[in-house]
Amino acid sequence: MDQTTTSLILNALVSGLLLAGFYAAVSVGIAIAFGMLDVVNIAHPAFIVLGSYVAYVVNKWLGVDPIVVAVVLSPAFFLLGAAIYRVYYLAFERRGQESLRGLAFFFGILFITEVVLILAFGVDYRLVTTRYSDVTWRLGGVDLPLRLAVPFVVSLAMTLSLQALLGRTFFGRSMLAVAQDPFALQLMGVNPVRVKQWAFALSLATAGIAGALLIIIQPVQPSLGREYIGLVFAVTVLGGLGSIYGTLAGAAILGVAESFTSTFFGPSWAPAVSFGLLLAALALRPAGLLGR
Amino acid sequence: MKAHWFTLIAFGVAAAVIALSTATIHNDYFYSASYTVLQFVVLATAWNILGGFTGYVNFGSASFFALGVYSSVALYTLFKAPVPVAMVAGTAVAGLVGLGMGYLTLRLRGVFFAIATLAFAQVLFTFIVNWDYVGGARGAYIILPRTAPLGFHDNIQYLFALMALIAAGAVAIARFIETSMLGRGLAAIRDDEMAAECAGVPTLRLKLISTTVSGALMGLAGSTFPYFISYVEPSGVFSLSYAVNSIAMPLIGGMHSWAGPVIGALLLGTLQQLVQVTISSEWNLLIVGALLVLFVTLAPNGIMGWAGRWRRRDGGSS
Repeated sequence: MDQTTTSLILNALVSGLLLAGFYAAVSVGIAIAFGMLDVVNIAHPAFIVLGSYVAYVVNKWLGVDPIVVAVVLSPAFFLLGAAIYRVYYLAFERRGQESLRGLAFFFGILFITEVVLILAFGVDYRLVTTRYSDVTWRLGGVDLPLRLAVPFVVSLAMTLSLQALLGRTFFGRSMLAVAQDPFALQLMGVNPVRVKQWAFALSLATAGIAGALLIIIQPVQPSLGREYIGLVFAVTVLGGLGSIYGTLAGAAILGVAESFTSTFFGPSWAPAVSFGLLLAALALRPAGLLGR
Repeated sequence: MKAHWFTLIAFGVAAAVIALSTATIHNDYFYSASYTVLQFVVLATAWNILGGFTGYVNFGSASFFALGVYSSVALYTLFKAPVPVAMVAGTAVAGLVGLGMGYLTLRLRGVFFAIATLAFAQVLFTFIVNWDYVGGARGAYIILPRTAPLGFHDNIQYLFALMALIAAGAVAIARFIETSMLGRGLAAIRDDEMAAECAGVPTLRLKLISTTVSGALMGLAGSTFPYFISYVEPSGVFSLSYAVNSIAMPLIGGMHSWAGPVIGALLLGTLQQLVQVTISSEWNLLIVGALLVLFVTLAPNGIMGWAGRWRRRDGGSS
């Protein structure tokens, strides 16, 4: 293997891992909502794109860094999530109709979010430029674009603090408990619906932050979310539903696979990778997949 | 009513509508709007065979529609295939892929199946974008000969007539499935697949029939589309609005009978045509999404559900 190929592979690996950090931020909300709470929020990517537009608007208006915007505004996404779960619970979960109609509900929400964004902003691509957007560090032949590295660090901080929340706090442990046995949790004197409500709210708050990371990494248009649906579910399923570390691992697999595909076959094939991997993961890893 | 009588009536109604409108109306817009509405009748009916009767949610309606579209485009590029040939090919291709999707249900139930169909749509989209023979991302042109076949005044009337017949066929098939043993088996799968299997319902075979028929009908609806629109490109064909519409229409009409999707498609389809002309096409999509969410939260059994409740209450009081 000559030197250019080695450096190409090394670069693909590094940019794949950086991408994986971002993918973890995008998927961790689904790992909570779908993996732990059993709420199939297929509108999650649409909320991520909504987060991107919020970051974009505030950035254009005040010139604040998108990540700062997202962190400051994450309570708004949190409350939006609580409200959506409330409706979902009252209309579907309580009546035991969550499977088919609940899916259609979230599909409708996805669609509405997308169309409202189109009505408000049109279908043009929007991008936020930050001070670090065009900076690239070079470490011995390997490129380290800050445009990817900053989201990587933010995402890692977010996922690891979620992991700490789950493992160390009472609320986090009751979230894990509601994933395992809501009835037993009820017997312990905790209201599982309330736990699920705030947990779902938390998952939407991560969508807001992931949205800010998204618009730093690439230009955004309203229907971009759709490309991420397969990705978030692929990461969650590969990572074994509802484990934060698993999500990180799943994101790493996908990020690297996609980066290699776009380096060696061209970027237009990259989207097929995540969906192909998802199909393969769904078909070949039946443990935990049946009976849902 | 016996199935063959119903089929006869369905095709009779279609033939009457075709004869009446071609004799009296010479406005091209009428035909293109009606074609679109009828196309949604087919898509909604096809979706409902799998979604409403069997209980498997397909988010990838657009991909089966696209299989029909691109079979036609490929055949047209190959030897300028006439419409009927393209229709047969589109139906066959989409039906075969539907059969494959049926085998997927062995492994994937419920939510996972729905996500897999969404993923499949995206994979297929990527392939079409990268496949230059059918135009790739640039799109492809399909031009019909200037003179319409079978003595029709022009091509749009010809395509409208074809779509009316397809819709009649799709509705007849849906009603046949619903009222036959097949439909009861599918309903058993929808309510509890495990229990159905234990009670001796051949679940796999029934699911395979359901996915194949549903896919084939969507492909059939797509196969005439390139001739209708004369320029197709992937992001238009794979538009999410096909998937949303084909779910929203049965949900709004009512999912447990053949009539639900027809009512939903006629209402929602006509409403969309009106909004598109009077306001804008984005608003028309917003209305579909809002209606879908409203109906699914507030009226889970759709318009047919209302009608049923009203009839029951009426019957109880007398």
